[in-house]
Amino acid sequence: MKRVLLFVALLPLAAYADDLRPLHAAPPAFQAECGSCHVAFPPQLMIADDWRRVMSSLDKHYGDNAGLDEKTRQTLEDFHVRHAGGRKVGAGRTAQAGEPPRLTQTDWFQREHRKVSRTDWTHEKVKTPANCAACHTKAAEGSYREREIVMPDGRRWKD
Amino acid sequence: MKSAIVILAGLCAATVQAATPADLLTGYHTAAAQQTAGFQPSAQRGAAFHTRNFGVSAKLASCASCHTDNPAQAGRHVVTDKPIKPLAPAANAERLTDPAKVEKWFKRNCTEVVGRECSAAEKADYIAYVTGGR
Ligand code: HEC
Ligand code: HEC
Ligand code: HEC
Repeated sequence: MKRVLLFVALLPLAAYADDLRPLHAAPPAFQAECGSCHVAFPPQLMIADDWRRVMSSLDKHYGDNAGLDEKTRQTLEDFHVRHAGGRKVGAGRTAQAGEPPRLTQTDWFQREHRKVSRTDWTHEKVKTPANCAACHTKAAEGSYREREIVMPDGRRWKD
Repeated sequence: MKSAIVILAGLCAATVQAATPADLLTGYHTAAAQQTAGFQPSAQRGAAFHTRNFGVSAKLASCASCHTDNPAQAGRHVVTDKPIKPLAPAANAERLTDPAKVEKWFKRNCTEVVGRECSAAEKADYIAYVTGGR
């Protein structure tokens, strides 16, 4: 009985990655704009308030300039807020004063990646944790399934 | 001067309309010539601009930081490592065909690398360089 309960308790987390399937209802600007300098991050991985902060400061975007015309900006803000994550994801921390919160600095992201070693994060092919595609080979298509993970040194991920 | 603005505004508004790299060059050339009589685009000046370290941003020092020294080659975003397709239309036919897109990236990349927006003359030189022209 205890076993069954434990299993049930684990289900929500396991199912979470499946929710990350690419969003087919995404406006074309999502890939074209948010996927031009890095992979287009899944909106589910930050909470709505954090997305609002990201989307209200695009011309000062983590040291880069991602400024957009107001119409496109609003469309993309609405899209991110509509699909934003909830309490499970948690608020993102800011890496540098004045920057928007980071998706790689939420409790969810840190927990999900706790088994990733320092050597993997600092591998020369990674450069930044935001370089999802360095390990998630289908990240550009919005897919993060475990069997698609190839670590930067070429080994397949085994839990 | 006024017609230069009209031409540029026309360029920006033509989001749906496809253009050729030559159309873009003509547009910037005309705009620059209205500001400086007799202006001629120079691929050589464009090349120097491309690799110049403007000293504004340590990471994004020059256009070449992300686009490499050779616009016909694929580049990589220096911070995120995302691959960037070649800028030269000879290597990537999609380039320099959407005036609104070109204006958007000039605005972003110039402000972060040069510290201000680029002039019509700089854009004309740059397009002349990237298209491998005159
Ligand atoms: C002009 C290039 C550019 C564009 C366009 C762009 N970004 Fe970014 N983005 C960056 C850079 C550079 C970083 C910082 C990466 C780093 O420091 O690791 C970043 C980081 C982020 C982060 C934080 C990732 C982390 O480190 O946790 C989020 C979230 C983000 N971008 C969302 C967006 C969204 C949403 C859009 C579309 C509206 C967008 N970006 C468009 C360049 C861009
Ligand atoms: C250095 C390699 C690396 C980078 C970079 C990386 N991840 Fe991961 N990620 C992993 C590994 C390994 C796992 C599996 C962890 C485990 O099973 O304990 C994982 C798990 C995940 C999962 C859960 C997948 C599942 O099916 O359980 C998601 C979602 C995810 N990462 C998203 C991202 C996003 C989004 C980024 C970029 C912002 C990113 N990751 C960057 C290595 C990485
Ligand atoms: C931080 C990295 C970075 C730097 C530095 C950079 N660019 Fe870019 N540039 C990009 C990215 C990313 C794109 C969009 C790529 C795509 O559409 O695939 C782009 C696109 C462009 C385009 C659009 C071409 C088209 O028609 O699609 C032009 C023009 C351009 N850059 C010019 C410049 C100039 C001029 C400089 C120097 C002042 C510069 N870039 C510096 C990253 C950079």
